[in-house]
Amino acid sequence: MARVLLFGRLRDIAGWRERSFGPAGRLSAIKALIRLEDAGLADAIEGPGVQAAVDKALVRGDVDLGPDAEVAFLPAMSGG
Amino acid sequence: MIRLLTETFDPGAELNTFSAGRTVTGAVASFLGIARGEPGQAVALELEAYPGFTEQEIARFIEKAIDRFGLQDAAVLHRIGPIAPGEPIVLVLTASPHRREAFQACDYLMDYLKSRAPFWKKEPGPDGDRWVEPTARDLSDIERWG
Repeated sequence: MARVLLFGRLRDIAGWRERSFGPAGRLSAIKALIRLEDAGLADAIEGPGVQAAVDKALVRGDVDLGPDAEVAFLPAMSGG
Repeated sequence: MIRLLTETFDPGAELNTFSAGRTVTGAVASFLGIARGEPGQAVALELEAYPGFTEQEIARFIEKAIDRFGLQDAAVLHRIGPIAPGEPIVLVLTASPHRREAFQACDYLMDYLKSRAPFWKKEPGPDGDRWVEPTARDLSDIERWG
């Protein structure tokens, strides 16, 4: 299972901050599982400016996930 | 050094602690950002961080500043959560043998923190709270460092 974290406006769209999804061996599979439940959230995750981090490292494109991966979807960072 | 704080802090005490015992430091520069609000407002803004990731990314930038300006030390204290008008949001401290590098590094770190640091900012508005992104000014400020 992967632990999925949402931040900023994504959290408001989803109505949750942290959930487990899986099993899923790749980031694309997590996104597909999210789309099955909430197409609006899936669209927002695929939208402009949103980055993904796996185990606290930014990633581009599709990547493999470890068995207990932490996946975070990060909207455009606002700065402090 | 980076610290994220959920409660207000005493900038003067932090400056004193940072400056203490620096026998080979000629300059300590500081920048204090304060939450700007409207009269009667309880919360000026709310900042969300990604615990672990936010500290790691800011620490990487502090290291860049230390290398770029030849600093002896640098520290960032940043509030998260709801922040009331008048409360400190951020304190940047830089130490170097000479003043110019300390000033410049402080400016550089603030431009980074205002434009690229992993925070998500919510501000109250007439139509309810809204998530805000960096302004054009924030983005052009960081660009000037190349």
